Amino acid sequence: MFQYEFMTNAFAAAGMVAVVSGIVGYFLVMRGQTFAGHALSHIGFAGATGAGLIGLAPLWGLVGFTLAAGIVMGLLSERISNRDVAIGVVLALSLGFGLLFLHYYTSFATQATALLFGNVLAVDHAMIATLAALGVVTLVALAAIMRPLIFASLQPELAEAKGVSLRFISTAFLAIVALAVSACAQIVGVLMVFTLMVGPAAAAQRVTTGLWAGLMLSAALALAEAWLGIVIAYHTDWPVSFCIAVLSAIAYFAALTVPHARPAHAH
Amino acid sequence: MSVIELDRATLQIGGRAVLKDISFAIAPGEFIGVLGPNGAGKTTLMRSILGLLPPSAGHLTVFGHTPRCGDASIGYLPQLRTVLPDLRVRGLDYIASSMHGERWGLPSLTAANRAKIEATLDAVGARDLANRALSDMSGGERQRLLLAQALIGDPKLLLLDEPLISLDARHQEVVIDFIKTVCRERKITVLFSAHELNQLLGAIDRVLYLGNGQAVLGRVDDVVTAPVLSQLYGTEIEVLRAGGHIFVLSRGRDVERADHNHDHGHDHGHAH
Repeated sequence: MFQYEFMTNAFAAAGMVAVVSGIVGYFLVMRGQTFAGHALSHIGFAGATGAGLIGLAPLWGLVGFTLAAGIVMGLLSERISNRDVAIGVVLALSLGFGLLFLHYYTSFATQATALLFGNVLAVDHAMIATLAALGVVTLVALAAIMRPLIFASLQPELAEAKGVSLRFISTAFLAIVALAVSACAQIVGVLMVFTLMVGPAAAAQRVTTGLWAGLMLSAALALAEAWLGIVIAYHTDWPVSFCIAVLSAIAYFAALTVPHARPAHAH
Repeated sequence: MSVIELDRATLQIGGRAVLKDISFAIAPGEFIGVLGPNGAGKTTLMRSILGLLPPSAGHLTVFGHTPRCGDASIGYLPQLRTVLPDLRVRGLDYIASSMHGERWGLPSLTAANRAKIEATLDAVGARDLANRALSDMSGGERQRLLLAQALIGDPKLLLLDEPLISLDARHQEVVIDFIKTVCRERKITVLFSAHELNQLLGAIDRVLYLGNGQAVLGRVDDVVTAPVLSQLYGTEIEVLRAGGHIFVLSRGRDVERADHNHDHGHDHGHAH
C-alpha cells in the first residue's frame, strides 16, 4: 500500500497529528477539560465553513476560530461557574453558524463531510507541511508551559500561592488545545477529535500513574490507533475515521477493565 | 519580632469586608488554632498571609515584610478540594509538581529533590504513597501526602487550612500530634484552622477566633467565653466546660458540630 502517494501522505499526516493529539490530550484529560476540547472543534467548524465563504482555506478559518475561542474560554473560565452549560450553548451555536455558512456557499457543501468526519486520504504535501508547522508550534508552546501547567492542574490553590497565574496558564493551554484540535480535525474531522485527543489519553491515564509514562503511552496509543486505522481502512474500504474511532474505543474500554494497575514505572 | 503581624488590617473579597480593622501578632514557634464559623475568613486570612490578597486598609507583615507570592519559608496546605476521581497521578509526581512548579519549561525531578520528597514522606510515615495513584488514596492518605508536601523545603511558617476534614477521629489525633511534634522540633510557627476546638486543646498555644468581621487572639480560657463568642457569632452563645472539653452552644445546639455537617457545600462556595 506504500506505493500510493496518498497512502504515504496519510501515514505522515496522521502520524504527526496523532502524536500531538495524544500529548495535548493527556493534559486535557488531566485537567478534566475534555468537553472544552470537544466544543473548540465544533467552533472550528463554523470557522472553517466561514473561511470557505470568504474564499480562504478552511484550515485557517479553523485555526483562527478555535484559537480565538480557546483564548476567550481561558479568560472566562474562572468566572463561569457552570461552564459546561455555557460551553454547550456556544457549541450548538457554532454548529448552527457552520450550517448557515454552508447554506450560503453551496459549492462548498461537498467538503462539509470532509470537515465533519475527516479525509486523511486527501492530504497533500502542502497540508503535511502546514500540519508539521502547527504540530511544532503546539508542542513547543506546550513544553514552555508544561511545568506550571501540571502544577496548576494538580494543585491550583498551591500553584496560585507560589505565584503561578492560573488564568494565564488556563488561557495559554486552551490556545494550545485549539491548535491541536485544528490539526486533529484535518485527520478525523471536527466531530471526531475525541478519538485521537481524548480516547488514547484517557486510556493511558487509566493504566499508568507516572507522568512521563502516561504521556508516552498516550502518544504511542494515538499513533498506533491512527496508523492501524489507516491500514484497516485500506484493506476494508471503510472510512478511516471510523476505523480510528473503533480502535480508540477498544483501547479505552480495554484500559477500563484493568482495575488497579500499579506498574512501578521509573520517572 | 513577630512572625505575623496585623495592624488594623481590613481584608476584602469582592467589595465585602470579610475581616475588618483587625490587629494581632503571632510570635515565632507558636501553634495557633484558627476557629470560627464558616465564612468567618479563615481561608481569606491565610490567603492574605500568602500574599494573594493584600489588605484594603491597614498593615499586614509576615517575617517583618509585606508578604509576597511564592515565599519558600511558608508551607501551605490548602483546604482539600474534590480531587478529580480519575486523577491517576502517583504521589511522587503530585508532590514533584509543586517543587519549583512556577518555573517555565518541562517538568524535571532532580535526584536531590526526589530524595527530599522521600525523606519527608518517611517523616510522615507515608513512604508507600509515593508510588500510589492519588485516586486510589483515602482522604486520610491524601491529607498526609499534602502535609508532607507542605513540610518540604523547611518552612518557618505552616498554614494548614482545615487539615482535619475528611479524616476520622483517630487519624485526626495522629495528624495533630504529628504537626505538634514536628513544629516543636523544627521551631515552626503554625496556623491550624479547624471546626472543632476540643481536639486541638492539648496542642495549641493560643486560639485565633474569627467571626462577624472580627478576630480575637488569646489563650483558650480568655477567648472561648460566652461574652467573646457571642460577639463573634453575632448571637447568644453559651460555653460549657466539662471533663476537659469545651462545648460552644447556641440555643442549646452545638455550634461546631452543626457547622461541620454543612462544611462541604458551604466552604467550597468561597474557596477562592
